[in-house]
Parts: sequence; structure tokens; C-alpha cells
Amino acid sequence: MTDGPRLPDGGRVTAGRDAAGTSAVTAALEIEGLSKSFGGLPAVRGVTLQIAPGERRLLLGPNGAGKTTLFNLITGDIHADSGIVRLGGRDISRLRPHRRAHLGLARTYQVITLFSSDTLLHNLTLSLLGVSASRWNPLLPLSRRDDLRERALALLERVGLSQVAERKLSETSYGEQRRLEIAMALAQEPRVLLLDEPFAGLSREERRDMQQELSRIPREVTMVMIEHDLDVALSFADRIAVLHQGQVLVEGTRTEVVADARVQEIYLGA
Amino acid sequence: MKRAALLALALAVLVAPAILPWDFYVNIATQVLIAAIFALSLNLLVGYGGLISLGHGAFLGASAYAVIFLTTRAGMAQLPAAACAVVFATFLAALFGPIALRASGLGFLMITLALGQIMWGVAYRWVEVTGGDNGLSGFTRPQPFGLDLSSPHAFYVLALLVFGCSFAFIALLVHSPFGAGLRGVRDQPRRLRALGFDTWLIRYAAFVIAAFWAAVAGVLWAYYNQFVSPHVLSLTNSAEVLLMVIAGGAGTLFGPVAGAVIVVLLKNVASAYVTRWMMLLGIVFVVIVVFMPEGLVPGLARLRRRSTGGVARPRTEGA
Amino acid sequence: MRFWLVQSLNGLALGGLLFLLSSGFSLIFGLMRVANLTHGAYFMLGAYVGLSVLEAGHGFFAAVVAGALAIAVLGGIIERVLLRRLAGRTLAQVLVTLGIAFIISDSTLLVWSGDPMPLPVPAALQGGVRAFGVFFPKYRLAVVIIAVVAAVLLLLLLERTRIGAMIRAGVDDMDMARALGIPVPRLFTAVFCLGAALAGMGGVLGGPILSVYPGLDMDMLPLALIVLILGGAGSIGGAFAASMVIGFLYTFGQVLFPSLAYVILFLPMVVAIALKPKGLFSADAA
Repeated sequence: MTDGPRLPDGGRVTAGRDAAGTSAVTAALEIEGLSKSFGGLPAVRGVTLQIAPGERRLLLGPNGAGKTTLFNLITGDIHADSGIVRLGGRDISRLRPHRRAHLGLARTYQVITLFSSDTLLHNLTLSLLGVSASRWNPLLPLSRRDDLRERALALLERVGLSQVAERKLSETSYGEQRRLEIAMALAQEPRVLLLDEPFAGLSREERRDMQQELSRIPREVTMVMIEHDLDVALSFADRIAVLHQGQVLVEGTRTEVVADARVQEIYLGA
Repeated sequence: MKRAALLALALAVLVAPAILPWDFYVNIATQVLIAAIFALSLNLLVGYGGLISLGHGAFLGASAYAVIFLTTRAGMAQLPAAACAVVFATFLAALFGPIALRASGLGFLMITLALGQIMWGVAYRWVEVTGGDNGLSGFTRPQPFGLDLSSPHAFYVLALLVFGCSFAFIALLVHSPFGAGLRGVRDQPRRLRALGFDTWLIRYAAFVIAAFWAAVAGVLWAYYNQFVSPHVLSLTNSAEVLLMVIAGGAGTLFGPVAGAVIVVLLKNVASAYVTRWMMLLGIVFVVIVVFMPEGLVPGLARLRRRSTGGVARPRTEGA
Repeated sequence: MRFWLVQSLNGLALGGLLFLLSSGFSLIFGLMRVANLTHGAYFMLGAYVGLSVLEAGHGFFAAVVAGALAIAVLGGIIERVLLRRLAGRTLAQVLVTLGIAFIISDSTLLVWSGDPMPLPVPAALQGGVRAFGVFFPKYRLAVVIIAVVAAVLLLLLLERTRIGAMIRAGVDDMDMARALGIPVPRLFTAVFCLGAALAGMGGVLGGPILSVYPGLDMDMLPLALIVLILGGAGSIGGAFAASMVIGFLYTFGQVLFPSLAYVILFLPMVVAIALKPKGLFSADAA
């Protein structure tokens, strides 16, 4: 097993380097022939993608192209009908979602699904606990875990939320909740981070903040983003894949994709 | 200051029955404690796990039957019999858990109800072992280390000790990382999974732990009544304990205890005047669910916050 | 041979009664997502109403109609007054139906006392018919026929009528049904009354076979649950097949392993739950 469970506090060497000098070969995330239908309606059809370690990948496509379904398949929220998902070269297709999280896969959601009656600090603590063995401890009060608290506060500081740390999630703004999502994903020290429309519903300033937030994430983390806002998204991406009706229509660099006639057709109706 | 006064009052209320001379009230206090342990255990599922069980009586009943059977029919000594009974009922939960936890929400409620009925059916029909409708009797309270527990006062003290242990354990559990995970499973199971929690195993562990404390309550129940019949496994009994949890306030520490006080008192007071406990139970059930769904303890806490004008503290607990 | 034939008819008859009980239970669950825990009490109360009608000197047919109507009205009132108030809070609705089940259960004890009372078999259906050298009780044959007729009528209602189309739309996708302008509240009341009427009728028809006694409600309720789990929510065909399976299992179990018959009933349920790939009602729903 090259991917042993992570130590609660330590960082982790990325798989690319684990594999003794073959970093250029092992993709951080590799999807092969992934398919899923709902009641006979195909949502994702034979998608194959390779995402290199440290890459910023943008997934484009009109509504219903299967982008979020693809994320759900990668994280194991839903089972694929066929196809393989590899994380750092390891086949994770049959692992349950929490095991995939332990192997370094984190995500944010398009619709906010946080713990709304709890504080921001508690939300973040849960995220830290999720990848720590102490999540099974039934007797030690969580309030005495100063180490978790400090790490949670540091993360909140990093995304500029430390002054609202003790506030209930339901009493914070939408933009703050979006930033908390990012902090919770980062708390897991992921090697691959899936971002589902992180800019959706944000104001102009909040977008700028979010953009800065994302650009500060180190290159050890590979990122895949679904986004409709091309202004912010294009500047983020190294490579782009365009999904259409559940299939990869075009894949390539920014210029290649923007120049592609089929993409123009979908987006401009030309 | 106020808190210390409240604590002193609570202690006085708990200790009083051990000293006061009226056997009738001491016995009721004992009943309350046993019911409270039972309700606290169910609250782990209902309040913290969001899993509404209508078959929790199965574990109290299984353990009560087991301890009486093992001592009176199998000739086992009291203490090992009690331990075996608890292990037996907990093991039963370990078997039932995977079936019940194929579903959550309504499905869980219906499957636990059905599983509870199986236990009732076994007790009722398997006459050679369970004595059928007549149940098992001829059981006496134990005399651990030469202490005589046959007096109401001595038995009250035992029940109080066990209650203290269960309350402390559950209080620790709900504030622990595991407890945080359990509440997370209730609120956002999908998100919690994505964060690395094994939601199924958390629910399963909670199910087995809840059954363990129900089994402990079952042993006390058997000691107290010195008799067991299929009624302990009836749907009425599972509904009664669910009512305690909901009436007191699911997902709070003190709610189930308050609920146990209310239901046990109601039952004893009502039986002095009317014989229609089941009808009363039904009426209270409907009234509570329709008019006071959040339960007594959270309701009172909200009133108090309003009257003192204090800012609502961020509450991590809540149904 | 003779034993198997006679017991098979008994199994069919019990299955028929179970179908009357659980087809409504299943429809209500399929449409409203309410596990109506009052259903066993409906069955018992229907039997008691029938008993009183018979004791008043009326015929068996009148007893069946009275039982069905009385329970339909009761069901309608409960749905309108209590369940509707809790619309959207499924668990609260289920707990309320449980509370009402206790109230009905205790009320019948108050009114009809605690002794088991068999309903007399109607004169026209007394005795039996001879076939294959075996004597089959006429009444049980009649119950089987009534259940089959009821199943056919229910299927026709669902497949061929406007209201049936609305019910099917509601079972499939409630939001879509609402969007299509289907009067959902009235539909709920109608289905609840129909389910209650079927249970009440089943109670009266079951009287001569099962008798009526305190606790009949809690004996029947789990059976309806099992049929629902085996047959699938809102499916008449599924409910019919599952009722027959359970009717047979219980009848033969009772004869062959009397002390474990009740447990045997639950085995198909456990198997069904274990085998369904995604669990029964999809884990984490709501």
C-alpha cells in the first residue's frame, strides 16, 4: 500500500513523488470510461480524463452536461455503472466515500450542505476530525481538544473568518459560508480538491476574495473546478475540458478550447 | 451562584428517596430512574442520531428475560447472569442493527417496529423458554457482597448509582468527537461522508451502544419487578419510552430524564384514578406531537432565555 | 395430501384478508409517505362494528358495509383533522397515527370488553363444498374470491380511471403531480378513506375466521408492515403477491412449528431487506 492513512497532524507526501521518481507518469486523478445513467437517461457517458499533479483543471459545459454527476462519481456519492477512478494511481472505484476522503480527495458543493445549527468553528472541527483517528473517541470532550481548535482557528484566519468563528452558520452570509466550504476542504489536506461552482452567487468583491483564496492554495494540491463564470475561471485554469451531454467534447489548453468550433457552437449558438 | 443552587436542589431530589420513609414514593423514584436510563439510551438514537426507533423495548425486554431465565431456570449466580443478560441483548442489537440500518427515517422506524414485534412473538409463543403469556417469575433481587437489596431504599441507591454511570457516560459521549459525528450524521449524512466519516458505522455503533444501556436498564427492571411477561416487549412499551424522549426533548441531555419523570408519574397517578393508561398514553402522544414537537426541556429553556433577555447561546444540541 | 389442500385454502383465505388490510396501507404509504400505524386498529374496529351490527339483528352483508363505511369516515376525519395539520412532517404524522392506534385500542376494550368473540359465518356460506375428495369450507372460498375481486377492482380503479391516474402520478412523483394541478389534498383524503374502508371491511370478513379480540390490532399491524416491505410501496400487485406468501407461511408455520410461526413470518422481510441493493426506502432519504 503506497497510500497509508495519514497521520492526524502531519502533512503527506503526494503520490506522484511516492512512486519513486515517476511523478511525470502518475496522474493525480485519472478517470477512465466513467458512465452513469439515471433510469435509462445517460448522465455521464464514457468520460476519460487525466489530471496531472498540481494541475488546475476547469470543467465547462452547459447545464445538464453531467459535470456535478461526474464529481459525485469521483467522490463515490453515487456508484458508476462502469469505469474506473484512480487517485494517485490507485484504483478507488470500489471504495466508499469516506475512504476516498482519507486518501486525499476533498470537495465543495454547489448547494451549501453544511451544519447550519453549529458554529463555523464546529463545522471546521468536524472536517479536521473526519481525517483524524480520534473521530471515534466516545469519551474525550471535544472542547478539550485544543489542538483541533487551534488548527481550526488558523484555517479560519487563513480565509478571513476568524472574527465570526463562534457564530452559528445560519447567522453568517452566503459569501462567508462559501469561504468556510473552502476552509473545510483545505482542512483535510487534500491532494485532489474538487470545487463545484465556488463563485456561484457571490458578489463582485467576494469573487475577488475567493479568487485570491484559490490562488493561494499551494501546487501540491491538484484542483478540478466546475464554473460558469468564464472571467474568473479561465484565469484559473491550466487546462480545460468541455462536457456536453455527458461526454468530453473538447480537452486542451485555454486557447485550444476557446478556438474550437464545437465549443463556440455550444456557447455562442453559432 | 444560581447554577450551584440548582445543582444542590437536583442532588437533594436525587438523595431524598434514599432517606425518606415512604416506600411508595421511593419505589416510584426507582421506577423513574430505570425509565430514565432507558430513555437516555433511546435518545442517543432519536435525539442525536435522528433515528426514530419503535423497537427499543426489544433490548430492555431481552435483557430482563435473560437475567430472570438464567437465574431461575438455568441456575446461574446473580452477577454473572446479569452480565450475560446485558451481553445477550447487546449482541442481539449487533444482529438487528444491519437489518434496521438498511434504511433511515421512516424505513428505520418500520423495520425496528417489525423487529420488536418478532421479539414479542418469541416471548409470547416460545412457551418452554419464556413461559408464554404467564411470563417468568420466582425471581429475587441479588445480594451482591452481602448487601441486601430487597428493601426499596437499598434498591433505590443501586438504581441511582447505575443511573449516574449511564448519565455520565452519555453526557461524555454526546460531547465527544464521536458524538459530534453522530449529530453530523443526523444533520448532513452526505456531507459527513465526504469529510471522511463512516456514517454507517457511526449509526451502527450508536445503535449497539443504545441497546447496551437499554439492556442495563432491563436488568434493573427485572430486579425491580422480579417478574417478566411479554408485555415488556410490546409496542406499547417501546412507544412509552419514545414518548419520554420526545416529551422531554430529544437531543438534549436532561430531556429524556424529564420525560421519564412525567411519563412514570402520569402512569402511577393515572392508575390510581383510571384504568385507562393506554388511552391516556395515546392522547398524550397525539397532544405532544401536535402541540409541543420540540419537547419540554428545549421549550422551557427558550422561555427562560426570553424572560431573562439573554442572547441565545449557540446551541449545538437540538432535535 | 388432504392436509396440504385444506391448509392451502386456509393460507389463501388468510392471504386474502391480509390483502384487504395491507393494500390500503401500501397505497397510503406510497402516496402520502405515511406509515399509517392506525391500520391494525382499523381492522379490529371494523370487526367490532360488524359484530355490533350482527348482534343488532342485521345481515352479514350489512355488517360488512357498516364496518367499511364506519372506518372510512373515521379515517377521513383523522386525515382531515390531524394528519393534514402536520403536512410535511412525516415522522410526526406517523407518531400521531400510533397515538390514535392506542386510543382506539383502549376504547374498544371499554366498549366491547376483553373476551375474544367470533363473528358467525353467514347462513348462505355455512358448510362446505366437496372437491378432490376434500371438504372445503365455503366461507373461506368466498373470502378468497372477494379478495381477488377487490384486487381486480383496485387495479381497474388505478389503471383505468381518472382518479386512478392521479393516484399513480402522486405515487411516482408528488411534486410533478402538484405541478400538473392534481388536487393533492383531496386525493390524500380519498385514498386514506379508501384504505381505511378496505381495512374495516377486512376486519368484518376476518371475524368468522380470526374472531375479534383485544390485541388483534397489534397482531395485524406488523403483518401489514411486512406485506408493504415485501410488496413495495403503492403496488397492488405486489401487495397481493406478498399477502398470499405471508398467508401461506403463517398458516403452514402455525401447523408445523406452532411456537415459531410468528418468527417465521419475518424471515422473508429480513431477506427482502438484506437483498434490496440500496436498502428499502433508500438510506438518507430526507
